[in-house]
Amino acid sequence: MICLGIEGTAHSIGVGVVENVSGKCKVLSNMIKIYRPEKGGIHPREAANHHALYIADLLKESVSKAQVDFSEVALISFSKGPGLGPCLRTAATAARALSLSLNRPIIGVNHCVAHLEIGRGTLDDCKDPVLLYTSGANTQVIAFAEGRYRVFGETLDIGIGNCLDKFGRTVGLDFPCGPQIEKLASKGKKYLELPYSIKGMDIAFSGLLTAAEQYYKKNESLEDICYSMQETTFAALTEVTERAMAHTEKDEVLLGGGVASNRRLRDMVQTMAHDRDARFFVPSKDLCIDNGAMIAWLGVLMYNSGIRMKIENSFIDQRFRTDMADVSWRD
Amino acid sequence: MTKKNIIYRGAEAEICIAKYKGFKAIQKKRIPKSYRIKHIDDRLISRRTKEEAKLITEARQSGVAVPIIYDVDLKNGIITMEYLDGKRIKDVLNDLSEEERDSICKKIGESIARFHNNDIIHGDITTSNMILSNEQVHFIDFGLGEKNNEIEAKGVDLHVLMEAIESTHSRYSSCFEYVLEEYKKVLKDDANLVVKKIQEIVKRGRYR
Repeated sequence: MICLGIEGTAHSIGVGVVENVSGKCKVLSNMIKIYRPEKGGIHPREAANHHALYIADLLKESVSKAQVDFSEVALISFSKGPGLGPCLRTAATAARALSLSLNRPIIGVNHCVAHLEIGRGTLDDCKDPVLLYTSGANTQVIAFAEGRYRVFGETLDIGIGNCLDKFGRTVGLDFPCGPQIEKLASKGKKYLELPYSIKGMDIAFSGLLTAAEQYYKKNESLEDICYSMQETTFAALTEVTERAMAHTEKDEVLLGGGVASNRRLRDMVQTMAHDRDARFFVPSKDLCIDNGAMIAWLGVLMYNSGIRMKIENSFIDQRFRTDMADVSWRD
Repeated sequence: MTKKNIIYRGAEAEICIAKYKGFKAIQKKRIPKSYRIKHIDDRLISRRTKEEAKLITEARQSGVAVPIIYDVDLKNGIITMEYLDGKRIKDVLNDLSEEERDSICKKIGESIARFHNNDIIHGDITTSNMILSNEQVHFIDFGLGEKNNEIEAKGVDLHVLMEAIESTHSRYSSCFEYVLEEYKKVLKDDANLVVKKIQEIVKRGRYR
């Protein structure tokens, strides 16, 4: 079965085409276009306008790159949520239009669950992982338990990516700030004390963000602040992930989300996994960031397990929490 | 301590069977983590070991069932304490009768209120951190705890338990209601303020 998935929860509009090859996900194409604001953070309407501008061409490019014809696409899948309303609506509208014009079924999927399933779908031996999902808006530790994907830990205030971006904006870096902070951090030497906030398996970043901004005002070196921020936040993320692994008694860990591109975060989680004899997985970069292929793949899993969605019910849900998604494709 | 004595390997510590002056005891040793820099590792291990020993002792004085502390070794991050013969609430809760489950939940609520009355915040109230022994619910692992008299801290403390029940005992989510019912009876402060705070914390989360 070939499925086309449209992702549009935040700054990225993506179209991916995947094929189900005996239960594994074969990515045929995965095109992404990222909205970059001239200044400040994401403006939802501006981002949605950006998505509307590019979606038609992306659809054509993605299908042609996959070397398939539109007629071979058997299912249309889209990101139902969670995310920014205007962006979600733009992606869903494109999905509906395509579904009607091709006369193919449509299915709306949970974006966070898609980040986990693309790991299970594309990586050999990744069967039942704990997912550390770190992006701009989201920071969650997700695992399968009692019939659903459950959130064992999550941020109590802002996402880790958002924390890094906010700090980056204060010191004059461009969005997204993560890669530049990573570069600066690699030159940092001195550790500056920062709040380390863990509540059970939950985590909080806003106090740390304020403290980091104060160091900047006191003219501490930017390299040292970035180094200290990364070391503190990533250690806390790794710790809550390990706690969730111990709690759920699982021995696989998977990374997902844009911040999973950070080398230092990868190293820390990999070291943690190694020390507790667990296996470590990370999808390729284009499958870690927001993308259409993961949306397409989750659509395949849902459709094959018997889930159907009528076009009149294909509405979006800005607050579609991970644990609200029915997981009928796993036992 | 030899490796074969390890009876449980948690996320941050190893639990071993030991002897202390003839008593059967357990040793909880916080293991240095190679993923984090030494500065953070040292700070977390010594702070948590010290805080845990202190809070367990204070919780006992508040009338909460906890293991008796025999010895604390801050340098090596080791606490030697009473061996509790029993099972984790996490492992038994789903298999109990409804009546037993409600009664356990009320005991949990009562204990939390007792340590909250003394401004002790546990920091990680999950059913993995409670041991049913001699029909008493013993609280363990105060390593993420602190002393704090704010409603916010007490709310966050209970919110952790609420999430743990939702994720691990989803079929019995009414458990948390029973916990709160008894908590309200025993807490000296106005428990409704804490309950309100929990609702506020839930809404603060993403997509709520």
